[in-house]
Amino acid sequence: MNKRNKQGTQSLPLEPVAGNGLLDRRALLGRGIVFAGAMSSGVGTALTGAAAEPLEVGPWSLGPGVPVPPYGQPSKFEQKVVRTLTNPKLEPRGSAARTPHHLLNGTITPNGLHFVIARGGQTEIDPDKHRLVIHGLVKQPMVYTLDALHRYPMVSRISFVECGGNSAPVYSKEPIQADVQALHGLCSCAEWTGVKLSTLLEETGVDPKAKWFIAEGADLPTMNRSIPLAKAMDDAMIALYQNGERINPSNGYPMRLLLPGYEGNMNVKWLRRIKLVEAPVMAINETKQYTILRPDGKAWQFFFPQEVKSFITHPSPGLNMKAPGYYEISGLAYSGNGPIGKVEVSADGGKSWAPAALQAPVLSKAFTRFRMPWNWDGGPATLQSRATDEAGNVQPTRAAFLAERGEPKATPPVIAFTMEHFNAIASWGVDGKGEVRHVYA
Amino acid sequence: MSMRRARNAPFALMLVLGLGAANAADAPRFGQPIGPADLAAWDISIGPDGAGLPPGGGTPAQGAEVYAKYACALCHGDKGAGGPSGPLVGGGPLSGGDRPPAKLIGNYWPYATTVFDFTRRAMPWQQPKTLTDDEVYAVTAYILALNKIIGENDVMNAQTLPKVKMPNRDGFVSKYPEKY
Repeated sequence: MNKRNKQGTQSLPLEPVAGNGLLDRRALLGRGIVFAGAMSSGVGTALTGAAAEPLEVGPWSLGPGVPVPPYGQPSKFEQKVVRTLTNPKLEPRGSAARTPHHLLNGTITPNGLHFVIARGGQTEIDPDKHRLVIHGLVKQPMVYTLDALHRYPMVSRISFVECGGNSAPVYSKEPIQADVQALHGLCSCAEWTGVKLSTLLEETGVDPKAKWFIAEGADLPTMNRSIPLAKAMDDAMIALYQNGERINPSNGYPMRLLLPGYEGNMNVKWLRRIKLVEAPVMAINETKQYTILRPDGKAWQFFFPQEVKSFITHPSPGLNMKAPGYYEISGLAYSGNGPIGKVEVSADGGKSWAPAALQAPVLSKAFTRFRMPWNWDGGPATLQSRATDEAGNVQPTRAAFLAERGEPKATPPVIAFTMEHFNAIASWGVDGKGEVRHVYA
Repeated sequence: MSMRRARNAPFALMLVLGLGAANAADAPRFGQPIGPADLAAWDISIGPDGAGLPPGGGTPAQGAEVYAKYACALCHGDKGAGGPSGPLVGGGPLSGGDRPPAKLIGNYWPYATTVFDFTRRAMPWQQPKTLTDDEVYAVTAYILALNKIIGENDVMNAQTLPKVKMPNRDGFVSKYPEKY
């Protein structure tokens, strides 16, 4: 059945590898695409389509453009690609800004679109006056200026940051009809550059009694969290740069704590102080907030790594499909426990699965883009993705997740946080007209 | 390490060979030492055992005056009954029921020291860190008394506050007890 094309490479027979038209991921490797048996059935016509209109010379080809700006902005035609804000007038409460994953591709979140949770608005700090102090159970407390930090050996790593409350609206009694931005927009991924915290602790020295450290921001609530000292000795970073430029003000300029894989709130923004201590300080954000109430009335505390998770960004609610034929199902997968091992996709609500292609490089505690070729036959389909990390942790089904956490009791507003660390499989239902809706399956 | 030393080849070689790498004394040193007095203004951490609590104190009655003076009711309602920023009193059982339980001070928070700590660092929202320590103790006492956790005449200070047993003190378990 395989055919040879003119370059002599092999075209794959795109027979389904799982239910409802999922195709072999090797079809994405740049070889020719031939639908096995499709020409006679007409299913493959979307690959070629109707004849194109005659080409015209656009006005932008008939004269100069505009001066190149000192700092480039996205095209004026992309003005819809923005964060959604829950508190645009900065009323006295927290603010959330969500990343529009359904309008992005790849794995790196642009700095202006990185998600933010802020209790006191975007803090504006004069970098020359800012200080970082490290004290407590150290041999010599030290203060660092931003200039001083720039003299230490630097490291870069690509890391996701995810709010502990991301995807909370998917834990609702009824499936909330909202887009990926509203449902999963409180996670982002960037390249962070800075000084490892362990490098600075070498200088201050560590008292053997220290088991935790408190990280505190310079924002309105001087937000603070307790973090196991082992994380400081492992991969914690005082991040100074985000995607190559100084950290964006909404993400902690001039410095933030980066704890790769750990709950977003612990990655303290606008970092000003680190105190080594023997035991957790029991701050508001590790007692009232970021604890998970179980059905038996007890609450889990110290729920640090963000568990393995994935979601489909294309297609997704609001990104409807126009006609039967070939589509690429694509999405994001990540785990706070290491690299992604595999992502499987289902188009029949979990009855059958096939492995998706993982976009290289697959990095530890970073977004991994997965892609899956799909020949939509125009009928109803239920799309799901299921990630497994290299440690073997598998993203749970909704049923398994609810069995552990309890059945949701309400369908609150989409911006409410009724669950933390929600990582169950989400489902997008496609109807016969190509409309994509959030469904439970 | 000075430039003069850097040009000293045998010395540099010793560093490369590891004589310095594991020794904190040879790590880059660009921090400035600071003593407790000079970092006191930032060292506001308070442990659940009361470590770090400042001198001073206050009663629920004094706290009611603080609550009125700073218009706390605009966000938290009259007597903490709730407003745009949620209530400071109330809270039902944490299991059962047909609605998700609210996690409030009286039914959820495990430590009274956290009430003092968060109030001192973050309240009032428009002018945080402006209350005196006596005012923070007093308004903490007021909130605890509204929740019937302490008596109307109980004084909250560095000795009494950590001894307050919150109703949900034993309601938390570590998710990964083998690690943290």
